[in-house]
Amino acid sequence: MIEVRDLVKRYGSHLAVDHLSFVVEKGQIYGFLGPNGAGKSTTMNIMTGYLGATEGQVLVNGHDMLREPEEAKRLIGYLPEIPPLYTDMTVREYLAFAAELKKVKRAEISSQVEQVMDMVKLGDVQDRLIRNLSKGYKQRVGLAQAVLGFPEIIILDEPTVGLDPKQIIEIRQLIRELAKKHTVILSSHILAEVREVCDHVMIISKGRLVASDTPDHLERLIEGEETLELEAKGSRSQVEDILRGIQGVRELRSHEQGDGMTKVQIQVADHREIREEIFYAFAEHKCPLYRIQMSKATLEDVFLELTQNENEDNAAQETDPGAGVPEDKEGESHEGDL
Amino acid sequence: MKGIYKREVKSYFCSMIGYVFIAFLVAFVGIYFMAYNLNMGYPYFSYTLSGGLFILLIAVPVLTMKSFSEERRSKTDQLLLTAPVTLGQIVWGKYLAMVTVFAVPNLIFCLFPLMIKASGQAYLKVDYCAILAYFLLGCAYIAVGMFLSSLTESQIIAAISTFGVLLVLYLWNGLMDFLPTNAGGNLAGVLLLWSLLAFGVYQMAQNWILAVLLEAVGAAAGIAVYVLRPSWLERLLPDVLGRLSLSNGFTSIINEQLLDVGSLFLGVSFVVLFVFLTIQTIQRRRWS
Repeated sequence: MIEVRDLVKRYGSHLAVDHLSFVVEKGQIYGFLGPNGAGKSTTMNIMTGYLGATEGQVLVNGHDMLREPEEAKRLIGYLPEIPPLYTDMTVREYLAFAAELKKVKRAEISSQVEQVMDMVKLGDVQDRLIRNLSKGYKQRVGLAQAVLGFPEIIILDEPTVGLDPKQIIEIRQLIRELAKKHTVILSSHILAEVREVCDHVMIISKGRLVASDTPDHLERLIEGEETLELEAKGSRSQVEDILRGIQGVRELRSHEQGDGMTKVQIQVADHREIREEIFYAFAEHKCPLYRIQMSKATLEDVFLELTQNENEDNAAQETDPGAGVPEDKEGESHEGDL
Repeated sequence: MKGIYKREVKSYFCSMIGYVFIAFLVAFVGIYFMAYNLNMGYPYFSYTLSGGLFILLIAVPVLTMKSFSEERRSKTDQLLLTAPVTLGQIVWGKYLAMVTVFAVPNLIFCLFPLMIKASGQAYLKVDYCAILAYFLLGCAYIAVGMFLSSLTESQIIAAISTFGVLLVLYLWNGLMDFLPTNAGGNLAGVLLLWSLLAFGVYQMAQNWILAVLLEAVGAAAGIAVYVLRPSWLERLLPDVLGRLSLSNGFTSIINEQLLDVGSLFLGVSFVVLFVFLTIQTIQRRRWS
């Protein structure tokens, strides 16, 4: 479908895309994931022929975007980060114009516009000026424009940004609907979205592809990091002694808290299920166990690890042992995005 | 191209700009018409139009300022540039839409000579040739304005720079009088222009060897001519540049009732040149 070969984009001395190569296969939903400024939009702009690459090649169904731009562009529908809307037109006029621009056959224009408006639920506002629409509706008009002509590939740059939760759910449903007949590529910096919608995730950091796999595989990739976290009432030495008696505990880190509680983090060998054993061991020693929690690596951890390793070595991980506190992670990942 | 053309024309008539542009031109030419033809009884409408020449300098920037700068600012150029149409079709579609808007007042002007005829002697051939020349001149001005609009994201900068460039074109003949006539002065002028050209080539091709080579060859030739045949350089700049005056064709109709076909060609070449430059500007931005 789309083949990107060794793509490089330089802005002066700044390297926005750094030797990016990947292949997009038919009939799947691809997610571009990366912090802001990672080169997602630039890559999409090059793939759709809006920008030229400094080096490299984009092939769409074998058509080179440079040599046969018209054939290649005909196969792609694109919703950029900011929907390209002429605000002085009504929704219907705009979509009819976009259809003509995309070389939809004259006889099919009005029926296709009707069909697409139906799909994204624009029927109520079809005769209103785009200028007067809310952000959510504008986004939908942009999406409708990308779908017009029913191209084989639909590329969406952050399609849910700025929408309210209900609209986000609707748009995601729509994307899944589209994926039945089209190949969809979308970019996002919201991990949950990519996890939920995409069949295949490509993590981009500093213009480079750092990982490309299904979300499940990516999560398994760093599952070695699987940890147990527990809190018990007792002194540090007592708790450690109990834990040492249990097979499968590979490494533990503990610290006493002021109120007579001890918090421990345990690295478990070979993904063993040892929670029951721990429970009975603590019960035997009459040491009350307050909390026990298993934390799996999430896509967020994968994302953070892959995108942070680049600049901060391992320091970030050493100082951040709280892998079992997803809330904190969430906050951090957003900070990273800004 | 047709889709873009239709959308643009429609947009000019939805957003007032088209009406304001047409009303402005017709109103001011109408005032000149009233003064020269109706009050003073002068039978040539072409003379009235020459008064309308200055109005173009103000009206054309209003028409052209948003053509490409606004597309870029609101990012709608992403829709056009990722659609299966060529850049040439986009630029020509937009250009022809502006020309269409400009054609409306010119069609209205075609009625004025008939009014003169209704009340006495009229010179229809001269008048209609003058309207044609005026139209072509406006088309050339619009091409310049469109080019300047493609250089910037700000409509204001586009409008003001268009006005500035058009003013220079308008005053061209007068400015030519200030150019030196002796050989040394002309050599300096030629070298300056040649250096600008070489710099332009460098900007376009990003190849400094080519630019330096071009500069060196040009400078050597210029100096050789200056040493061997200084008479060739005398009055060179005023003569050559003077021929590039766009409004000469128009004024020759008014003053001498002479239709200068060469100057019509000049106008058309101006249009083609600036449409080409607009395409190049947009193309280049995609790669920078």
